[in-house]
Amino acid sequence: MDAILKVENLSVLFRTYAGEVQAVRNISFEIEEGNVTAIVGESGCGKSVTSKSIMGLINKPGIVSKESKIFFRDENILEYTEKQWENYRGQGCSMVFQDALTALNPTMNIGKQITEKILVHKKVPKKEAWQEGIRMLELVGIPNAAMRMKQYPHEFSGGMRQRVMIAIALTLNPKLLIADEPTTALDVTIQADILEMMKDIQKTHGMTIILITHDLGIVANFAQNIIVMYAGKVVEEGSSEDIFYHPAHPYTEALLRAVPRLDVSEETLETIEGAPPNMAKPPTGCPFAARCKKKLPVCEQTFPERVELTKGHEVCCWLQKGDR
Amino acid sequence: MMTDKDRNLLEVSGLKKYFKVGKKKTLKAVDEVSFYIRKGETLGVVGESGCGKTTCGRTCIGLYEKTDGQVLYRGEDVHQMKGEKRRQFTKQAQIIFQDPYASLDPKMKVSEIIAEGIRAHELAGSEEEIKKRVGELLVTVGLDASYGTRYVHEFSGGQRQRIGIARALAVEPEFIVCDEPISALDVSIQAQIVNLLEKLKKEKGLTYMFIAHDLSMVKHISDRVMVMYLGKIMEITTSENLYNKPEHPYTKALLSAIPIPDPHVEEKKVRIRMAGEIPSPINPPSGCRFQNRCPYAVEKCRLEEPPLVQMEVEHFVSCHRCGDIS
Amino acid sequence: MDKKAMKKLFFSNKMTVVCTILLMVIILASLLAPLSPYDPDAVNVAEKLEEVSKTHILGTDELGRDTFTRALYGGRVSLMVGFAAMCVAVVIGTLIGTFSGFKGGKVDMVCMRVVDVFLSVPSLLFIIVVYSFMPRNMVTLVFMLASFSWTRVARVVRAQTLTLKERDFVLAANALGVRQKTIIWRHIIPNLMPQIIVAASLSIANAILDESALSFLGYGVQLPMASWGSMLQSAQQYILHNPILAVVPGTMILVTVLCFNVLGDMLQQILDPKLVK
Repeated sequence: MDAILKVENLSVLFRTYAGEVQAVRNISFEIEEGNVTAIVGESGCGKSVTSKSIMGLINKPGIVSKESKIFFRDENILEYTEKQWENYRGQGCSMVFQDALTALNPTMNIGKQITEKILVHKKVPKKEAWQEGIRMLELVGIPNAAMRMKQYPHEFSGGMRQRVMIAIALTLNPKLLIADEPTTALDVTIQADILEMMKDIQKTHGMTIILITHDLGIVANFAQNIIVMYAGKVVEEGSSEDIFYHPAHPYTEALLRAVPRLDVSEETLETIEGAPPNMAKPPTGCPFAARCKKKLPVCEQTFPERVELTKGHEVCCWLQKGDR
Repeated sequence: MMTDKDRNLLEVSGLKKYFKVGKKKTLKAVDEVSFYIRKGETLGVVGESGCGKTTCGRTCIGLYEKTDGQVLYRGEDVHQMKGEKRRQFTKQAQIIFQDPYASLDPKMKVSEIIAEGIRAHELAGSEEEIKKRVGELLVTVGLDASYGTRYVHEFSGGQRQRIGIARALAVEPEFIVCDEPISALDVSIQAQIVNLLEKLKKEKGLTYMFIAHDLSMVKHISDRVMVMYLGKIMEITTSENLYNKPEHPYTKALLSAIPIPDPHVEEKKVRIRMAGEIPSPINPPSGCRFQNRCPYAVEKCRLEEPPLVQMEVEHFVSCHRCGDIS
Repeated sequence: MDKKAMKKLFFSNKMTVVCTILLMVIILASLLAPLSPYDPDAVNVAEKLEEVSKTHILGTDELGRDTFTRALYGGRVSLMVGFAAMCVAVVIGTLIGTFSGFKGGKVDMVCMRVVDVFLSVPSLLFIIVVYSFMPRNMVTLVFMLASFSWTRVARVVRAQTLTLKERDFVLAANALGVRQKTIIWRHIIPNLMPQIIVAASLSIANAILDESALSFLGYGVQLPMASWGSMLQSAQQYILHNPILAVVPGTMILVTVLCFNVLGDMLQQILDPKLVK
């Protein structure tokens, strides 16, 4: 399949009082069209910053380095003009955030918030836009859509609000949807409902989704491809099959073992000792070296190059060097 | 009511905790719950947000006043304890909070935070002794003894949670309410904290009430699990039973919603869906609290509230239909 | 946020730095007033209403007293009254505010209604009335001013206490069996400091203004002692011929009050984490 999005040498840093925080450090990856790709990692690994860069939402004090390139269908979006950005954010790519309550305007009814986006980008009569809004709400599984269009965000429950967010993101049929921890703030049963709904829409519309999350569980039956990030670096990348059953990076492996499973009984949980490095002064070598049980002397000195193990399964780890 | 008194550390019967909301409404956070916790066991409490699990935990150790019912700790009514007696009780029952950022005073040094309980109960004779105790406690929870001189903002979430645990341990309690101690932490840190809690339990013979919304983690750490929904107990049983043969439709729905990090298993999983969304605890449905979302609900469920009945040894369920539907 | 970052924030803002320097200069000059060769109260009719000159850099007033020296001594009085009134107001306001917020319920209700009553009394008029029955000295003045400005501190402190007492760390102290008194002293009050500091700096500004107003009306500091307000008052009749007599104390009041107000505002921004983040 073709890549809809190509990220090349993306680096983002934030100037703060604590010094320069290097949130994302020179990462490259591709997103296949029509697939779900999950970016997995813990807080502070740079996954959200990556998604914000793709949306062009990095503001001061954040800086996207000059070498960075993000190609959306062969156009470098980092060179876009303000007008092009607007167009891209409407029809090219849109985003769903974790916290739907703050992302919605509390003083505007839901209908206005959906139609606003349609009216900005398309020259259609208001009535038609309103009908389109109702159709979108129905698409994301909100009952009584016509009536709920006139309601305000506080009249929706957490799960319904997140559905509204998804509906707004899906209007204008964007080619790419970025979902940044879309279900983290929700209860498990609501999370399951929303993921199911997203899966359905993805399948029927053949949409491309980037799912940003810390939870490997929700990725399992959703994403075809997985990118694992740690301390601002992509450490492993591969198909869902590769990552879950043949993890090659010790971090991926440890992450899979650190979560208890409902279907398996384990005596003690395996832990990853220590904590992620300080991103104001990240280590020169592999960032995971300090916590890695299998580390080699070289790990702390140089960051390993990317090795392709099988087709599409790539890893940055010295242990994989020369094995194959 | 359920078993002999000597084995039970905590016995709760008919406990109610209502909050006034606005002028005339009451929020029934905990509504007539009865359960017990045995010495040395871990009771997991699970449920979705708004089910009253946190309120239940806090009321059990007297942090909140009760509305009705009784909480007996070693046979003594927790809410009847007054003054000095109440203060002495805090030496036995402690709590660990969910948010490691909000639960530690930002203006205090770590050593002062940990020493607070020691001072309040005069557990050490001199400043020297307090310092020594604090050092020991820091080491016990896996931190460096020298961290005592720093302020909390210098620490990460996981380290702060360890400080919170050290604070609770300082008074040498025998019972600890762990109020979602890991839900604010990263996956790789969660396992560290859970292992620490398990180690401490073994070493010090502690009893835990472990409140969480993450069923996988609760299953891992608990001996028995209590499932709550809208202020009521739906099911209490051993963690084996709960996962192998859940009886209550809500438990089943909850279990089937949990994502498993294994694509092949996930694919085969059958979900039990609930209708609609969780109603407001201010205005809960009549009869069984779960009736309007339950796929098996019948007329009786709408009219009568099901009692918590024993199905087998160690398995209590509150459902009219659990005999028919399994 | 840690102290280092706060310091950085404080000094990176030009307004706060300028205001701090100005206030330092005014306070230092007032403290060093005795170095002036002139007696602020000694009448010297021979040199009355002199223009600006080398001997009297800001001229003299109607009784031949050096304006510059008097302005410095006046500053001592104004600032001292301001500081003292602020201190009293902050202590009373903090105690009542914390107590009211922490106890809650009926106690809180009663305390807050008392505050409301104090806030609805026209303070200046009330002080003038009461002043006619009381010994007129600085101590009375300070307490009169404080008795009306503590309410503002109390309100802010109470509101903050209400949120603090629900915080987990206070709950944790409760669960540890720490005594209520200790909780207030060790957990509540230290965490109120940002609000108290801001309220204090605003309350100095208000006290100085009120003191000036009272002295201007002849009810403040008693003659011949100088204060900026009383200097303004005696300058009234010469405003056309010798405007400098009014300009000097007027400017002093303006600059001092403005500085304290700006500083209070800026401190609020620096200390309030919600605004900073």
